[in-house]
Formats: sequence, structure tokens, C-alpha cells
Amino acid sequence: MRFSIYRFDPDADANPYMKDYDVELEAGDKMLLDALILIKAQDDSLSLRKSCREGVCGSDAMNINGRNGLACITPLSALKEPIELLPLPGLPVIRDLVVDMEPFFRQYRSIRPYLINNDPPPETERLQSPEERAELDGLYECILCACCTTACPSFWWNPDKFVGPAGLLQAWRFISDSRDQATSERLDDLEDPYRLFRCHSIMNCVDVCPKELNPTEAIGKIKAMMVRRKI
Amino acid sequence: MEKRKFDVAIIGAGGAGMRAALQLSTAGCNVAVLTKVFPTRSHTVAAQGGITAALGNVTEDDWLWHMYDTVKGSDYLGDQDAIEYMCRMGPQVVYEMEHFGLPFSRLQNGKIYQRPFGGQSRNFGGDQATRTCAAADRTGHAVLHTLYQKNIQAKTHFFVEYMAIDLVRDGEGRVLGVIALDMEKGEPLLVEARATLLATGGAGRIFHASTNAFINTGDGLGMASRSGIPLEDMEFWQFHPTGVAGAGILISEGVRGEGGYLVNSAGERFMERYAPHAKDLAGRDVVARAIAIEIHEGRGCGKNRDHVLLKLDHIGREVILDKLPGIREIAMKFAHVDPLDSPIPVVPTAHYMMGGIPTHYRGQVVVPAKTGPEEAVQGLYAIGECACVSVHGANRLGGNSLLDLLVFGRAAADHIVEYLKENPTSPPVPKGGLDLALSRLARWERPDGEERVADIYRDMQKIMQSHCGVFRRAEVLEEGLQKLLEVRQRLDRAAISDHSRVFNTARIEALELDNLMEVAFATIRSAIERTESRGAHARDDHPERDDENWLKHTLAYSDGTIDYKPVRLKPLSVPSFPPKTRTY
Repeated sequence: MRFSIYRFDPDADANPYMKDYDVELEAGDKMLLDALILIKAQDDSLSLRKSCREGVCGSDAMNINGRNGLACITPLSALKEPIELLPLPGLPVIRDLVVDMEPFFRQYRSIRPYLINNDPPPETERLQSPEERAELDGLYECILCACCTTACPSFWWNPDKFVGPAGLLQAWRFISDSRDQATSERLDDLEDPYRLFRCHSIMNCVDVCPKELNPTEAIGKIKAMMVRRKI
Repeated sequence: MEKRKFDVAIIGAGGAGMRAALQLSTAGCNVAVLTKVFPTRSHTVAAQGGITAALGNVTEDDWLWHMYDTVKGSDYLGDQDAIEYMCRMGPQVVYEMEHFGLPFSRLQNGKIYQRPFGGQSRNFGGDQATRTCAAADRTGHAVLHTLYQKNIQAKTHFFVEYMAIDLVRDGEGRVLGVIALDMEKGEPLLVEARATLLATGGAGRIFHASTNAFINTGDGLGMASRSGIPLEDMEFWQFHPTGVAGAGILISEGVRGEGGYLVNSAGERFMERYAPHAKDLAGRDVVARAIAIEIHEGRGCGKNRDHVLLKLDHIGREVILDKLPGIREIAMKFAHVDPLDSPIPVVPTAHYMMGGIPTHYRGQVVVPAKTGPEEAVQGLYAIGECACVSVHGANRLGGNSLLDLLVFGRAAADHIVEYLKENPTSPPVPKGGLDLALSRLARWERPDGEERVADIYRDMQKIMQSHCGVFRRAEVLEEGLQKLLEVRQRLDRAAISDHSRVFNTARIEALELDNLMEVAFATIRSAIERTESRGAHARDDHPERDDENWLKHTLAYSDGTIDYKPVRLKPLSVPSFPPKTRTY
């Protein structure tokens, strides 16, 4: 199979370039990450992140034939050759397929992604009905891979001001939690021309999410809640 | 070299490291967490089925029953003081996680959902218990993200993508901190700390087929071993009964807890023969061996008869979609079957290291002393999978590893707070104290060599897979050791071609391989010596458990020396559970 991979080592290269690799491999039921490991065995200078290899840790997000995804759960059989691999768009490149994720995580941290409840904790668990708990489904499963946020044109333009789909999905996760008491502060924090309202429902986030989550819907619910509290 | 100074340096940001970090940050300590991957990439994220604790939300329960099951599950090799502490603390640490915001699944009455898991009983060996607290089948993900979130709130200082290289010790053996490699810049960093806590996780990558992430390379074990600390009970590796055949991805025991079961090529539910009472929910070692025997005797499935099938369609669409959604996702992606109507092909797969860095139940690393049985290494702690406290003994029960992380993460942090009060100042780093780490870094600067790291890595994994697997015997183990010695000689002649400073993953993988080698040697040497079968260590040539000679922990040193220490059969406050025949 033929691959064309973005290469850039700031220690050695003046400019990034695309490098071709040929790998003897039957696509079969193999994943893109399997091919990248074979390529790295040929050329150990190719840098990428990888960890769980089963789509739960979010390390190996990259741009695959023009679309963000996780290498470990992208079947080779679904990809057209030459398979073109680029780092996630919209973030500074550290080297090859490794990007600086800090702008993404800064926005995640900015939404105060933790349960806020100032009551003294009971001796056992706080109760939550199965229906209340079901409100968190489709939200808590986010793996922070950044596929969605780095596919979002609004984030490309304003990475320092727009929270982005992943952060907003988590904002809604905590607003939706029956145990959380900070809804009004959370909404105040997002009531801003950039932090929330730069989302124009382009829906690239929904399209690329490898966990099939729906940030656009969550953002819509936050907006609706803001409207409701005004009237 | 750049230097930083903290009260505590924690190596690893998985469940154990981050539970400890949260406890220490909340107590007002100045904590640095060094991690070679972003915290939520740590392997805790892949834990599925749940956290075992005797909440009694579904059926009546008692932490003492949990303790009995854990002692029995360990095949009596677990230390009963540590097991008592863990089981007694279980409910408290689970409630704390709920208060931190962990999105547990819920019962109709609003309490935390619990499911049955393997090796669990009520009333000391009676009916099946329902003891494992779950967030669907993504409990590890929920634990890890919740802990990271609370550490953001607590303003814990993370050094992300810093790989620890070696410990720094002084002439008296005190640990003064660690040298780490800033992966982005390629520069070493000295982190001085009055207490260093190893929480580096497992090393399942010594095997060719493993449920473990690429990052599980035994870094803490390598560091401890190279600094002269023995590794305990390294012959005990858990082969999880249900890894996806061919891919190795974990399929939670929760599938069997929810009512799934294993069948062979004849469609027979064969666990009824091996464990008439507990059937598919017997101890993992028992189920893994049963599958290996079925396959070996020609009753495997598929055209190569090399796996068995995990059937779960009968438990119903609702249960699968609500309680096992992640399993369905994995089965569809990696086994190309939809468990709503088809069984999942599975095979025993290396999963968990029961052994590790020896500690007592409050997390301090302990080594044999010149006088008395053992003494603490001043300034050094270990928790989680990299540690051997030992609560899992010869075989870990499902759901006890997440519990181990939380209980001992918290306990070690509490002990560190006391230790810091008693040790207000830190001794200076002696001349030469950094040599070991710096020479390991310099070694991979070598311009060329005749061997490649990737080849050696793969060969080591294949040796461990074929010579130190589910069933073992003397001549196969000995042959494996010889091959491993040859491979290590090749490692001396190896080089990498990437010499960039920036995010050089070739260098990281070479450094990881050093650590895996320490683990592989300790494993195979310990396995050769233990001439009995206990828990996960099954010797064809010594098929019985031998309490008279082998009710003791192995200690394997880097130089090849093997030593032993007694099992702590005396719990903290309750009567001991004396060894007896283990059947399910």
C-alpha cells in the first residue's frame, strides 16, 4: 500500500514536506495504525503519538485523506490510496504528525470541567435516577482526541477565544448533571460573543467524531437554555 | 541541566497517580506529576467492567466477604493485611469518586449500579455476589477523566510528555527525585523531591499478544530494578480469558457478569465442566486455563480452531445497549461481529501484572534489610499496577485493580503527608547521582549499530509469548531464558537512526525497551524457580500448589539473584484466612 505522510522536524528541516512510503500489507481487517507501525519499523524517525490502540485514549488523532480520525480504529480497507496523512489542522506542529494540543486543552480547562456541588457530601453516594444519569450519555464518553475541535473553522479562526466543540460538549455534560450546582455560573461564563456563539452549526464536529458524539446538539441545548433563562 | 524542586514527584498520571496527586494537592503539598502521555491517555482509560467494593446496593454484602474472595482469588499468596485494608476501604473510596462526579450507572433507587463479577461470593464461598460498581462498560474512562478533572480544580502541576528515566539516590539509599526527559525539547530535567511516588502502571508489552496499551512498558519497574530494588512475584501474570482473537483488545468480564458465557466448537458451555458452581464467573486464571485446554484438545472455533466464542445475544438488546455499549463497539470494529446477534471470538490474552515493586499497605517501597525482615526505602513509594503490595497475590479478581488504584493512591498520599512532616529538608544530590540516567540517554546517541530496536522488541515479545504463557514447564522456560539472553546481547549492539532532539519517539521506544527487558528477565527467572502451580503460574511439570515450600513471595534482582520473603497471613484486625483447596 502507498502512503504519503507529512514530515517536519524543526531540528533538521527548513520546511515541511510530504514523504511517500510503500508497505507490503494486505488491508484485510487491519487498521491504519497497524500500517503506521510497519512504516515506523522501516523509518524510526517518523513521530506520532499512540497508546491504547482501541479508540479510547484519543492519542492518535490525525488528518486521514482530508478527514480527522483516529488511526487505530480507521480500517485500511476504507481508505483510498495513496493514503495521505497530515497532522490535525489548526494546531501548531511540533514534529511530523505530533501537534501541540495545548490550545485545545486550555479551552477544555476553561469550562471548569469538574462537578461543582457545595453541599457537604453524604456518607454514601448522592442519589441520581437512571433517567437523570441517562442525560449524561453521549457526553461523558468524550476522549479528548480533538478531532472535532480541529475540524471546526470557527476554532481555526479563534482558537484563543472560541471554546470549540469538545469543550462545549463537556460544558453541557456538567450543566446536564443533576448533581452539579453551577449551571448559572456556567451559562454566565459562556454568554460571550466568542466562547459559545462562534459556533455556526457547520457540524464538521459531528461528522468526524470517532465516538459518534454530537457536540452541535449539545451547543444547541446550551443556547436554548440561555434563551429560556432570559424570558 | 534544568532543575525543579517539589515536595512530591509522582511518576505516572493514571488512576493511581492522579488519585494520590489529588489527595496531596488537597492537603496543600507542592506536587509535580510527570507523565509520558497526556493524563487521559493513561491505560486506566481502558478498564471496562468496574470497581469492586462491598456497597451492598443489589444484594446484601460485607467487606469481609470481599476480603475472603480476594484472599482465595490470590490463591493465598496475597498479603492479608493489605487485602483487609483494601476491602475495608472499598466503599469509602467509591463513594468519594461518586462525590467527585464520576458518572456511575444507576439502579432504579438512584444508588450506584453493581454487577456480578468473577470470583465473587456471599458469606465466604456461598452464592454469587453482585459487587462491582460500574459506569456502563467504560468505568476506567470515567475514573480517569473524573480524577483528571478534579486535579484541574486542585491545580495540580502536570509535566505532560516527560518520560522518567531513572531514580536519583544518595549513598544511604534515600531517593532524592528523578531524572526525566522532556520529550518535546529532548532535554533532561532533574526533579528533586522529598518523596517520589512511582505510579507507572503495567508492562504487558513484554508479551506479543496483550490487552495492554503501547505505553505499558514497566518504566517504574525498570527504574526500581536498575537502582537495586528487587521486583516481587513477577512470575504471576494474568491472562484475561477474553481478548478479541487476533486483535488482543479486552472484552470485559462484565459481559459474563451480565449473563454471557463461553462456548466451544461443539456449542458446549464448557465452563460447567471446569467450575461447576461458579461456571463462567470462576477466577480468571481458572477460566483462561479452561479455554487454553479446550483449544489445545481440538475444540476451538474458527477455521484454525484457535479461539472460543463468547455468547451474549441471549442477554437481550436492552442490556447490551445500556450496559455494554463499548463492548459492542469493540466487537464490531475489531471482530466484525455485532454481539446483538453473533458471539465474539475470544482467546486468553496477557492482561495484568500481579507482581511489581514491593511495598507495604501504606505505599512505601520495602526491601530486605540487613537486620530484621524488611525496611522502607526512604523517600520512595509505589502504587497501582507497578507495585506489589500484595493484594492480588497469584491471581487478581476482576474489579480489584481499579479499587487498588484508588485505595492505595489515597493511602500512599496520606503516608507521604506524614513522611514530609518528619523529613522537612532534603539531602543534597551527591556527585555522580545522575550518572546512570545520563548514560542511558547518551547510549542512544550512538550513530550506528547493526541491530534495530523494533526487531529486538518484537523478538523479546515472541519469546515471552511462546516460553512464558498460560502453561509453563522447566525446559521451555529455560530455553526462553537463553533466547532472552541472546536478544539482550543484540540490544547492546543496537542503535536508532533518529537523532533529532524534538519529540524523538525512536529514542523513547528504545528507553522503554530497556525497561521491558528488566521486566521480562525478572518474569522468566522467577517462573523458572517456582516449581509449583499457584494462581496464574501454571507449571505442567509441577501441577499442584505446594504450600509447604512455596507459600512465599519471590524477589528478583536485576543481577539475576532470586530471594524470597514470607506471605503476610495475619490481617490487621480480623482472623486470618488460612490456605485451603481452591475450587469454584
